[in-house]
This record gives sequence, C-alpha cells and structure tokens, in this order.
Amino acid sequence: MAANTETMTINMGPQHPSTHGVLQLIMELDGETVVKATPHIGFLHRGIEKLSEHRTYHQTIPLTDRLDYLAPMSNNLGYVLAVEKLLGITDEIPERVQRIRVIMTELTRLKSHLVWLATHALDIGAMTVFLYCFRERENITDIYEKVSGARMTSNYFRVGGLADDLPDGLEGEIRTFAESIPAHVEEYEGLLTGNRIWQKRTIGVGEISAEAAIDIGITGPALRASGVDWDLRRDNPYSGYEDYDFEVPVRDGCDTFDRYRVRLDEMRQSARIILQALDKLEPGPTLADCSKVVLPAKQDVVNNIESLIHHFKIVTEGFKTEPGEIYQGIEAPKGELGYYLVADGSAYPFRMKIRPPSFVNLQGLPQMVEGRLLADVIAVIGTLDVVLGEIDR
Amino acid sequence: MVMTPEVLTLSETPWLFSGVMLVKIAVAFVVTLLIVAYATYAERKTIGRMQTRMGPNMTGPKGLLQPIADGVKLFFKEDIIPAQSHWFAFILAPMMILAPAFIAISVIPFGGDLQFTYDGTLYAVPMQITDLNIGVLFIVAMAALGVYGIVLGGLASNSKYALLGGIRSTAQMVSYELAVGLSIVAIFMLSETLSMRGIVAAQQLPLWGLESVSFIPNWYIFCQPLAFVLFVVGSMAEINRTPFDLPEAETELVSGFCTEYSAMKYALFFMAEYANMITVSAVATTLFLGGWGGPFYGWINFLIKVFAFMFFFIWIRATFPRLRYDQLMYLGWKIMLPLALVNIVITGIAILLW
Repeated sequence: MAANTETMTINMGPQHPSTHGVLQLIMELDGETVVKATPHIGFLHRGIEKLSEHRTYHQTIPLTDRLDYLAPMSNNLGYVLAVEKLLGITDEIPERVQRIRVIMTELTRLKSHLVWLATHALDIGAMTVFLYCFRERENITDIYEKVSGARMTSNYFRVGGLADDLPDGLEGEIRTFAESIPAHVEEYEGLLTGNRIWQKRTIGVGEISAEAAIDIGITGPALRASGVDWDLRRDNPYSGYEDYDFEVPVRDGCDTFDRYRVRLDEMRQSARIILQALDKLEPGPTLADCSKVVLPAKQDVVNNIESLIHHFKIVTEGFKTEPGEIYQGIEAPKGELGYYLVADGSAYPFRMKIRPPSFVNLQGLPQMVEGRLLADVIAVIGTLDVVLGEIDR
Repeated sequence: MVMTPEVLTLSETPWLFSGVMLVKIAVAFVVTLLIVAYATYAERKTIGRMQTRMGPNMTGPKGLLQPIADGVKLFFKEDIIPAQSHWFAFILAPMMILAPAFIAISVIPFGGDLQFTYDGTLYAVPMQITDLNIGVLFIVAMAALGVYGIVLGGLASNSKYALLGGIRSTAQMVSYELAVGLSIVAIFMLSETLSMRGIVAAQQLPLWGLESVSFIPNWYIFCQPLAFVLFVVGSMAEINRTPFDLPEAETELVSGFCTEYSAMKYALFFMAEYANMITVSAVATTLFLGGWGGPFYGWINFLIKVFAFMFFFIWIRATFPRLRYDQLMYLGWKIMLPLALVNIVITGIAILLW
C-alpha cells in the first residue's frame, strides 16, 4: 500500500496566539513538517506613509509612534533625525537633547527587547519569564509616562529638540533602573540559558547564514547573531553615539539561541549607554535655536509679538524645507529603521518611505522554517522579533 | 477485651456492605471533585506567587470562590457544536476523557482500615473503594482509555489544529505509557503483588529489612529511584502537563485538541486534566512513597504526599519551556524506554543475588 503523501494546508493567523499580531502564515504541512510557509501581511495597514503626505512635518511624529508600537521613541528618533537632516539643522541640536534622546531610545531598546524576550519565551512555553519581563517593562512605561504623559505612544521628540525637559528627579529613577538591568538579565538567563529544554528548542533552529542574511537585507540582532559585525550606532553614528563606550555583541551561531544571547547582551550594553549618558547629562536648552522650526516658549508667545507670529505660522502652516531627498537610518531595536523623505519645498513631505526592520527581516522566515517542524515556526517568528504595526505601516 | 474485626463481605451482610460501598464511592468522588476545583485555584495562586503577581483574589475571601465562579460561568456559556463536526463523537469525547480519570481513583488506597461497630460486631473497612488484585494494571488501563477522549475530540472537531493536537497526544501517550508501564514492573518484582494495598503494605517494613535503620520505611523511592524518576517524568507526559503539554500547546496549536470546545464540555476537559493530575500523584504516592504510611493518621499522610506531588507539577509548569514533538519522541523511545528496561534487568539481577 502506497503511503498517502497529501499535504495539509493550515492557516496560522491572523487570529493566532503567537503570530505576534495579525501575521498570517499559510503553511503546507506534511505531518508536522513544514513544506512551505508563505507569510501574508497587510492586516494592520493604516497608510501611515500616505497619511504623512498630507500632514506637516510635526504632525507626522505621532503617527510614527504607531509603527513599531513596542519601541515608539526609536521611531520618533528616526523620523525627527530625518527631518532635521532635511532642514540641515543636525549640528544645531543642543547637547542635552542629544543625551536625552540617547537615554530614551536606549530605554526603548530595553522595552522592545523585554517584550521580545517575554513573548519569545512564552511561545516556547516558559511562562514565568513573560511576567518577569513585563515587570521590568512596567518601569520603563512609567518613565515614559513621566516624560511624555503617555505610556506607549510617547510622541516625545520634536524636530529640533524635545517636547519637554525631563521632570525633576527622573534622572535618579532612570539611573536606579538602568543599574538594576544587569541583575534582571541574569535572572532571565538563569531561567533560560542553561535550561536543557530551552537549548534544545533554540540551538540550530531557524539558521540563516551571513550571506543569506545580507542578501535578504536582515539587520539588527538577527544579523549580528549570524556573525556580521554591523551596528549603525557605531558604524554610522547619530545623536552623539560616538561619545559612548559600548560593545556591539556579535555571535556566529546563526540560530535562535545566538539571537537570544545577542539580544540579552544588547540589553546589558543599553544599560551601560544609559548610565554613561546620565553621567554626561548637563543642564541646557531642550530645543534648538531655530525659530522657524521649533515652537517658541509659551512665555515668549504671550509677551513677544515675533514669537507669537512664529508660533502661529508653525502651528497653522508648519515649516517649509528646501526641495531635496534624504535618507536617515537608525539602529532601532529590531534592526535598521530608515526614513526616506522627498521634499518639494512645501510644508508637507512629497513622499515618505519607511524602511521597517521587521518587514525586511520577515523575508527570512520561509527559508528559516521550511523543512522544519511546526513548533520551530513559532520559535522563528519569536526570534525574528517582528511587529506587525511596522510591517504593514 | 480485644475483638478481632470482621471483614465486611457482600454474602454475609449485603445491605451494610452496599451502604458502606456507596458512602466510600460518594466520599472519594466528592473529595476528588473538590480537590480538582481547588487544584485550579492552588495552581493559579502558586504560579501567581512564583510570577510576582497575585493570582485570583477578587471572588470571595482571597479569591476562594474563584473555582466555583469559573464553574458557574462555564456552565452558562453557549455550548457550541461546530456544524462540520461529528456531533456524537464530539459530545462523547469529553466524557471519555473524564470518566477514566475518576474511575482510576477507585483502586487507590487512601488509608488503613477503618473500624466501626455495627449490631455488636466490629467491622474493618479498608479506606479504598475496591482492592482489585490487579490494581496497578487497572490504573494503567484507565490511563490508556483516557487517550481515546483526546483523539476523539481532536478528530471529531474537524479542525486542523484539533487534529494536530489529537495526533500529537496519540503519539505521546502511546510512547510514554510504555516507559511508565515498564518502570512500574520493577515495583511488582519487589512487592510480588499487583494489588495497590499489597504494595503499600510491603512498603511499611523497614528499609531492605534492616532492623538497624528501622526508622526509614521501605518506600520504593529508596530502592527504585530510577523507576521513580521515569514514572514521574512519564506521568507528566501522560497527563499533558508542561514540559510535555504538546497536545494543547497553546502558542502552537491554539488550544490543541480542545480548540473547538466551549462551555461545560471544555470544563470537562479541564477537570479531566486536574483529575488525572490527582490520579497520577496518588499512584506515585502509593507505588513509591509508601501510600498512607507516615507520621500522621493514615489519610492525612496520603493527602500530604499527593499535594506535594501536585505542587511539584505546578512548580514545573512555572519553570520549564515546552519540548518539541520530535524531541519528545526521542526522549520517550530512546532514553526512557531503554532506561526502564535496564532498570528491570538490574532489579531482576538484584533479586536473584539477594
């Protein structure tokens, strides 16, 4: 009797507990072995790129919060840097702004990595790590709230500076938190790294070679775990990252386990950067001295006719830029987040193209899972750390 | 004057015998149900504490009414039978999984003899519903029957996730039953009986018959540590608990074989899981930890040991990730089965030599 070799097609998602949002995977299964996996995206498309064409440059900042909603400040930073580059005011950003931006984006990296570790561990079945990570993430969310008033959609950075200075006493709080991070990372490692089951589930799973990763365009921790030493913070610094002493963790296992270790090491390095930035943080202005771009202080708006006019013009019309096109990439928690802006001289971008790291990294999924088991698909989705808000925009 | 207690038999005192039996069944059933309900509460509280959160604390004092509230909620939920399912098998499955889990309780001895006087005669009643002479085999058989419920539920749902869950559990249970069954064989070889009561009695003697260490009981965990480990690991796999909860791996198969179930039918699956946990803990206690023997009064010792086991299972759930399907099969067939066989051979040689 010939064996029945029919494959089964199964829809994983968009309603599935571990596709991290509304990712749909159409999988052909032979038993539990994946023959073919096709990611389907677009369930969370909100047209952020198109919307930005009808908004002034400042009005787009809140939209960027909703790209990678686990790392809103990184999205803010990339966008703000791109507009500043377009305006040519990159060098005029005050030092305090640069420092606070670094502190907040590194906190954001921690926040994003904590959610990644939480959900990745939960997907593989380690339930407790999930809650431990969310305990620490809660602290970051509290810091977010104190800084910007919102716990997730921060909308904190501005073109030319920040929405506001850090509230009193927050520096100490951030310092205490950053100092506690290495101990917490040890705690997660204690539950996972040496665990035989965790190792069995991650070592050799979802392998992708350095060449393949570069061909696809994978960036971030996923690339660095394939042995490619590439980090924009060091190799193409922005926001004064060249001032800090930090290591770029690189491993060459190419698998889920090494991506896990790279991200944990990155969390330790982020804490280091935050502490250095806090040491270097000095009082100063939180907005650049560009009256055509940044909103004047409320005090001046009330007492000074020129400031009132600037305020009125910026709020109603926005600021105009020179025609041109620029690209600004930053090292977001998930990889290279790029903003490509085409300006036609008006107060609106002619076109904004976002290069989301999750979208590009997701392309690696089919070749990482095909020929492997269903349970590995879950591990690979987790290890790629995709966020659908960013993929679908 | 010391009277020798009479053993209650059906032929001599039919009415008294039947009455006592019914009371025993009722007590065992109700107590098991209560433990099932509060095992869910204990699990949520314990894991909550382990995960730096509260667990249920709103329903009743300290959340103690939570299991009842859950039961009431599930009872009043809409009972959905998918249109494409095989309705008869779909309804049958939850019963088929719950019934064996409870039936297995019937051969477990909870304590020693209970003595009472009726009509001037002193009777001794064992605290066990029935003492089958093949008690252990009976439990293994019931555990095997429970698989049908899962397979049937997976197939009848006509859903791909449920199907995968059903297939996983078939493979898993078949593989681990072997290891569990073989690990118990070593116990029979030592006790020379299959009766649960006989096995407990054999464990009340001093360790290895040595009078010098008479304070250590002859629990089989001491002379069969390997069998104990195999039994506990295999049982965890058989009752589908972490790290072997593949059939209902939430993050992979949504909810596995019970994906399509709702309301009371889902509750039955849930209860069966906890009832199985109790059964397995009780069997492990009986076979390896000397049953009701210990410093306190009979059934109190027994319950303490059972609860310790259940705490262990809950603890494991808070600690470990889940194995993968192929790794599970590897562990079952290539590690546990040979180890169980080796254990039998070693036990046999030891018995021959001493």
